[in-house]
This record gives sequence, C-alpha cells and structure tokens, in this order.
Amino acid sequence: MPKTLFEKIWDRHVVKTIDGGPSVLYIDRHFIHEVTSPQAFKGLEKRGLEVFRPKQIVATADHNVPTLDQHLPIKEELSRIQVQQLVENCKKHHIELYGLGHPYQGIVHVIGPELGVTQPGMTIVCGDSHTSTHGAFGAIAFGIGTSEVGMVMATQCLLQSKPKLMRINVEGTLGKGVTSKDIILYIIAHISASGATGYFVEYAGSAIRNLSMEGRMTICNMSIEMGARGGMIAPDETTFNYIKGRQFAPRGAEWDKKLADWKQLYSDESASFDKEIDIDAADIEPMITYGTNPGMGVGVTGQIPSTADPKSLTYMGLHAGTAIKGQKIDYVFIGSCTNSRIEDLRQVASFVKGRKKADNVEVWIVPGSKQVEQQAIKEGIDKVFAEAGFQLRQPGCSACLAMNEDKIPAGKYCISTSNRNFEGRQGPNARTLLASPLTAAAAAITGEVADIREFI
Amino acid sequence: MSKAIDKISSTAVPVRFENVDTDQVIPARFLKATSREGFGDNLFRDWRYNADGTPKKDFVLNNPVYSGKIMVAGKNFGCGSSREHAAWAIKDAGFDVVVSSFFADIFKNNALNNFLLPVTVSEDFLQSIFKAIDKDPKTKIDVDLEKQSITAGGRSERFEINNYKKTCLLNGYDDIDFLLSIRGEIESFEKKQTIA
Ligand code: SF4
Repeated sequence: MPKTLFEKIWDRHVVKTIDGGPSVLYIDRHFIHEVTSPQAFKGLEKRGLEVFRPKQIVATADHNVPTLDQHLPIKEELSRIQVQQLVENCKKHHIELYGLGHPYQGIVHVIGPELGVTQPGMTIVCGDSHTSTHGAFGAIAFGIGTSEVGMVMATQCLLQSKPKLMRINVEGTLGKGVTSKDIILYIIAHISASGATGYFVEYAGSAIRNLSMEGRMTICNMSIEMGARGGMIAPDETTFNYIKGRQFAPRGAEWDKKLADWKQLYSDESASFDKEIDIDAADIEPMITYGTNPGMGVGVTGQIPSTADPKSLTYMGLHAGTAIKGQKIDYVFIGSCTNSRIEDLRQVASFVKGRKKADNVEVWIVPGSKQVEQQAIKEGIDKVFAEAGFQLRQPGCSACLAMNEDKIPAGKYCISTSNRNFEGRQGPNARTLLASPLTAAAAAITGEVADIREFI
Repeated sequence: MSKAIDKISSTAVPVRFENVDTDQVIPARFLKATSREGFGDNLFRDWRYNADGTPKKDFVLNNPVYSGKIMVAGKNFGCGSSREHAAWAIKDAGFDVVVSSFFADIFKNNALNNFLLPVTVSEDFLQSIFKAIDKDPKTKIDVDLEKQSITAGGRSERFEINNYKKTCLLNGYDDIDFLLSIRGEIESFEKKQTIA
C-alpha cells in the first residue's frame, strides 16, 4: 500500500496500539531545556524512577540565559536557579548537557540539527512547540508538555493518536528578496493561525526542494503557528550533504546503511493526504505581520485588512485600511529558532555591509548557537554588524520570548525574525511585527517597515 | 489525592476572546518556577493586572459576578507555546473544565494530563452558553464525562473524547502508569529496531 512520508516513519515507531485509543509511539531523540524539564525530573524522583534512556536525551540552556556576559553568574535569581537545576538534574541522571559556556550551547532547535543529532526517519520530541523545526530533515518531530517530557524520560514512549495529514505544495520560483520565512508567513496568513490544527503537514514542491536546510527549518519551525502538530520535508541530497560529517552524524559503513534507508523516506506517488493545498511561489511577496497572531500577515506593500480584529489593532496601535510600509520601528530583533542560523546572519550581513542603522532603532542580533556565533566571527560578520551599529549578542532565545532581560519596552515596535507576535510575547505591551531577516535588515537601515526589493 | 473527574456542575467564567494563546494564559516571565504549584496567581496576568499590579476592573476574572469551576472560552483556545504551565495555571486557579469550540492540540493533551477536562462544543452551542451567562451569570453548566454530555441554559450537546482518555480521567489514571506497565514490551521493541 502506498504510504506517506509521515506514515513510513510513524509505522516503524509504533510499539503497540490501544484498542479504540492512541498508539504507543517510540521516541528516538529527546531534547530538553531548563524551562519545561524541572517538574518532569521532580515527577520521576517522586516515583523513585531513573531516566530510562539517558543517552537518547540532549540538554541545553537557552530560554532563560542572558545574551550579554554569559561568563558571569546569571543575575536574575529565578533564571539562575532554573539553569542550575538543569545542570544538577543532568548530572544526576547522566544526560549530556550543552550548558552555558559549552561550545555546543544554543537554542535547542538550532543545536540539534547543527550537531547532526537530528536525522531523517527519527521521532523527535522536546518540551517546546517549535520542535517541528527538526521535521525539515524528514523526521516526525513535535512539541510536548512537561507531563509528556516525564513520560519520555521514564519510558522513551508517548501515547499519541495518529494525526490527519496535510500536504502543502509550493511550486515555482521565489521572487527577488523573498525568502523561506516569507513562504511560511504567507501560508499561515492564507490558512489562518488554526488552519492546520489536528494535522501534521508535509511541505513539498519545487520551491521547497530548492531551499537550503536552513530555509527548510524556518518553514517547518512555524508549522505550529497554524496549529499543526508538526511539519516535515522529505530528505534529499541537500539533507544528506548537510548532515554528512557533523559531530554526531553516522560515519563509514554506518553512514552507508543509514543513507540507503533515508533514501526510501518520501511520500509514495499515490499516497493520499486528508487535505492538500497548492501555492504558487510567484504570488509570494516579502511578508510582514500587523496583528497579534502569526496568521495576521500581509505582503509588505499591502494594507491592513478592514476585517482585522479590532482588539489586535488597538494593541498594536495600527489602523485597518492603512499601509504597513512606512510604519516607524524602534527595535529590530534578528534571532530565535526560526532565523538565527549562519545563513540568516550571512544574508543580513551581505545586505548591511557598508550601510548604517537608522538613528531611531536599536538592533539586536542574537545567534542561535555558540557555533553560529563563532562562525560569524570567523567570517568577519561581527565586524560588518559592528560597523552598521548592530549589537551582536550571545546565543539564546532572548527577545523571542523575553524571559531574560532582553525585553522590548511597552508600546515600542519591534520588527522580529522570531515566530510569535502574541500580546506581550517580547515584553509586556511590546508590539511585534514578524518578518524575514532581510526585511528586518531593511527596517534596521531605514528605521521603518520597508520593501527589501527596493534595495537589492 | 483523587484526581478523577466524573460529573461537574458549576457556574462558569466566560473568557470571550478567540485564539487565546498560552502566552496570554501565563506569560513567559512567570515560567521560572521549578514546581507545578502556584501558577494560578498569574493566570491571564497581563489581562488581569495593570503594570503596577492593580487589578484591571473590566477583566472577567476580576468581576465578582462570575465564578465557578468551568471556564468557557472562544475558538482556538490554548494555541501557541507548549507550556504545560498554562494548564497548571488554569487548574490551580480552581477550574476543572474548559469549554470551547476548538482547542489547540498540545494544550488539549496538557489539559488531559492534568485532569483538566477540555470540552469541545459546536460554535453555535458555545455562543448559546455565552448568551445564557450574559442573561444570568449564575447559569449552571452540567458536564457529565461518563455520558459525554454538556448541558447549559436548557440545551445539551454530546462531546467527543477518546475512550482511553475517558477511562483515565474517570479513574484517575495517568499515561505514565500505563507506559511504565508495558516497559517490557518497550524493551523488546527496542531490540527489534534496526534503523534509527
Ligand atoms: S527561540 Fe523562541 S520559539 Fe524558539 S525555542 Fe526559544 S523561545 Fe521557543
């Protein structure tokens, strides 16, 4: 019987299925971080249990960490305790931790792929909704809650009902200045912030195939923003080339064996999906959001729709029927698990080189990992940013969720490459406009929402 | 501690917004605790309190007219972040049921794992509950898990829940108990697994 990519991976991981209920799904890789794990460890200890398969867990500290002076003790007491607790828990349970100061530290969804821990055909979970990022490698990857984190720690399994399957085909060539971030913002604007709830999404089509792994990760990352359980892309040569040689990638005969298997991971010609959506890449403009959920986005030359939710617009201080282009900006944040990889930084640097930031904006560039940071320094990208007046900070989630000190002040506008523009996401009463790194860079230079296509 | 849920009969608190994301339910800056308790105080923090900590009068949780163990919320409740703290905060604030016409997937799982029952009703039924509460804030809502029915303002509707989860909730079982009971099967599965 023809199978989808999802079904091929799912079927091999089902330990058993409960009659009329969910399946017991085996989990290959489990990522943990300081915010959603402490209660899970406590739960285990309360039951007197040990971690079942500590070698299948990788930990990092990312959500809470400062992005300046990481060599000093964390100033904020609660954050410090949380990060310290992770260190102790990992030590006690023999879990590999890439904590502060470690050369592999970084945002959990950046380091997994970058270290070659994330591989095709795997089931991957993390107590974080953007775990969908790892689906870019042809894995079933999804976010879970803390109780589920505890279940995976205790049994390496989860009870899951099989989701419905959706395929989104993006065919054609992207226009100048249009990036993978614009594709996903366009899709979400198209189908709404709840348009894929209950589904697992496979992205396909020539525009997706032509993306780098970084670009594919950006797309899968935001699957959750339309409600999807996860997103995935069939692995191909781009995927294999990316993984080969990375720290934890298979080697030698093991590589050949895995590769042969990975090549079988695609949706069969006649496999069927519960829903299919076709998108023409040529219709996609550089995108920007104007509201308080990621589905509230328009092309950068568009107008805020007259049907937009008034509560959202009041929060944002914006008006229906007006153009978004030209809107003054106070902060630019280039970072988060959506867009903080080396390719994002390179793209921004190549545009910014020889230009200067506008006086009215503050620009924070927060690399996704220590390795991204080091690579940027090696390539001289740090100097380009310094000359432009951009601050290159140290790796972490930072202003994506503003759990550390990196908060956008109340009422200020921030153009952000992250994934959520919810009320208060970047700080109480902060106003977030989501966009691609290139669009964010254009705003940094002009001090307002600008159309990157006019500059390149 | 008996966590089991069966019948719940209570007045309700209406949270009329749609697309309520878990960042609103509990903002990230309150996620720094390392225990599960105490999140209720910060439930809907930024909708409920001004920056100086004084309550916002117009927010429903600050209106003494509304109370009860049931929260009724607009479509697509619990979207966004996977933080289970959202379910903890709602439960900690004294709710046992959330009613909406649509729940985000991760929130729904988190709620179920904390014996907070998510009841999905039709949009029409949801609006009729809001209307009934508008008319009389003391309107009783009856939720019967065994029968999978919800009754409010003279109308009833059946809601769906998978059998396995229903049994867990009725008996106070956790998924983890079940998974631990089949660890032997999990180990044999691991031995058979050749790839990945
Ligand atoms: S960068 Fe933002 S979205 Fe990504 S894991 Fe961190 S907090 Fe979550």
